Amino acid sequence: MTTTSEPRPRGWYKRNEIAVTPWLFLAPAILFFLVYVIFPIFQSINISFYDWDGLGEARWVGFDNYVELADDSAFEVSLWNNFKWLIFYLLAIPAGLFIALFLNQTVTGIRIYKSLFFFPFVLSQVVVGLVFSWFYLPNEGLLSNALAWFGLGPLNVLGDPTWATYGIIAAGLWPQTAYCMILYLTGLNAVDPEQVEAARLDGAKGWKMLWYVIIPQLKPATFIAFVVTIIGALRSFDLISIMTNGGPFGQTRVLSFYMFEKALSEYGFRMGYGAAIAVVLFLIMLMFIAYFLFSMYREEKGR
Amino acid sequence: MFPRPIQTASPAAQSLYKTALPVALILWLLPLIAVAVFSIKPAQDFTTGNYWGAPSSFEAAHNYGQVFFNSDMPRYMLNSFLITIPTVIGAVALSTMAGFALGIYRFRSNLLIFFMFVAGNFVPFQILMVPVRDLTLDMGLYNTKTGLVLFHIAFQTGFCTLFMRNFIRALPFPLIEAARVEGVAEWRIFWYVVLPLMKPALAALAVLIFTFIWNDYFWAVVLTQGPESQPVTAGITSFNAQFRAAYHLMSAGSIVAALPPVLMFFLMQKHFIAGLTLGAVK
Repeated sequence: MTTTSEPRPRGWYKRNEIAVTPWLFLAPAILFFLVYVIFPIFQSINISFYDWDGLGEARWVGFDNYVELADDSAFEVSLWNNFKWLIFYLLAIPAGLFIALFLNQTVTGIRIYKSLFFFPFVLSQVVVGLVFSWFYLPNEGLLSNALAWFGLGPLNVLGDPTWATYGIIAAGLWPQTAYCMILYLTGLNAVDPEQVEAARLDGAKGWKMLWYVIIPQLKPATFIAFVVTIIGALRSFDLISIMTNGGPFGQTRVLSFYMFEKALSEYGFRMGYGAAIAVVLFLIMLMFIAYFLFSMYREEKGR
Repeated sequence: MFPRPIQTASPAAQSLYKTALPVALILWLLPLIAVAVFSIKPAQDFTTGNYWGAPSSFEAAHNYGQVFFNSDMPRYMLNSFLITIPTVIGAVALSTMAGFALGIYRFRSNLLIFFMFVAGNFVPFQILMVPVRDLTLDMGLYNTKTGLVLFHIAFQTGFCTLFMRNFIRALPFPLIEAARVEGVAEWRIFWYVVLPLMKPALAALAVLIFTFIWNDYFWAVVLTQGPESQPVTAGITSFNAQFRAAYHLMSAGSIVAALPPVLMFFLMQKHFIAGLTLGAVK
């Protein structure tokens, strides 16, 4: 195979090897990605203009689905809950930094401590949801027991419309904080020790040191922590489905959960309406995606 | 180093730190410890209200025996492996090739295609749900492991390509140029020059994707139903419906379901963390 090709005039492939090879290598990945990710985005946008039960004939309804959304109080609740998720989920970043600072020492056994602190991230959200729903049990739960020590009454976190969403977010913060912690531990490892020493000689310490010397050097870690936390917040589905299934009274729904409910659950197969909800969620995400891509683009150009 | 090494602090502060460490860890893992204790308790502990005390008898063998021999759990576990392992192989293979193309060659639409993968990886699942479910139905793959695997491969390729491309970019480019000067065919450069250098990236990505896919719940619910093809994350909910309020069995089931990625993490810790934190430092 290698011996015959030498003396003959070089074939088309040989002449264009550098130009063609990347496309051959890209073809399978692009094909899969187009079929399963890129096209479906546009199909969903298209479906959102139809009234469709997933089986029968789809009927074009224009913007009717979106008009209906504007008056749908369940949609409004979901949207608000998404904002709550976005804001409170971000607490994982400072919490992760705090734990990382706490663990960034060299004492015996610290490596085991670090991996055990990271442990919750490896668990599936389904398991995290179960564990936390027991933690919140109204009478027998650990939380109610702990509150009783302080003389506070039993609290049914997941049964209370005002508290339920915060209870679920708290459960989500557990693995997410672990993730941010590991990002910051890696970042702290790479902090330039000479700069720290120089700042120390200049009298910087404690908060000042952290704010003016350390955090600026942790910027790459912060960026990634921000990206994964925002995405995690907008993707929240598993925990809600496991812990409350949207209740009580639909007060813990978020857009991703409400969409699923409308399109696939026992409440009927309203594919078009579900797609419209998904499009709204997508547009919210798109703002962040555009920002992330813009930051990455600047990086690439800067190289 | 920041914060200041504890060894330079006073002995009192040092011993304070050394006691604070285990206390903080126990508080942090308290929910998990509780489930572990639940899983070895006898059923009557829950009827008598002994939720958080010591187990009145040690029933690990009975509880885990129930999970393994008296439920669909082994079936769900097997499904999870049959879904996760092909996905890992497929996604890593596709993205290694794509990453090679995007990392080594300079052509006009390079960055555009790269950003397509990156952007697609951030998309909310729900916008894909209806069309992907439809496509899977049309191909006759609804409620099959293959249908789930194909989608997972496609979606994970986004993140994996981002990862691989950045890893390949960091390799020494003169190595590839040298091979080209020698007249080595491009696919041989991929196979014999680049691939051996990528072992750490392949390992890191494999353990990460294993965990992500094992823990997937949403797509399992959307694309499958019933014990013949559902993975364990979806199966655990029907398991729990079967043993409603049997906390000892639900705990044992959850621990069994969580075990493979946990083992993966502790065995391949270095690769796992390297994969997660790629890009966290410059």
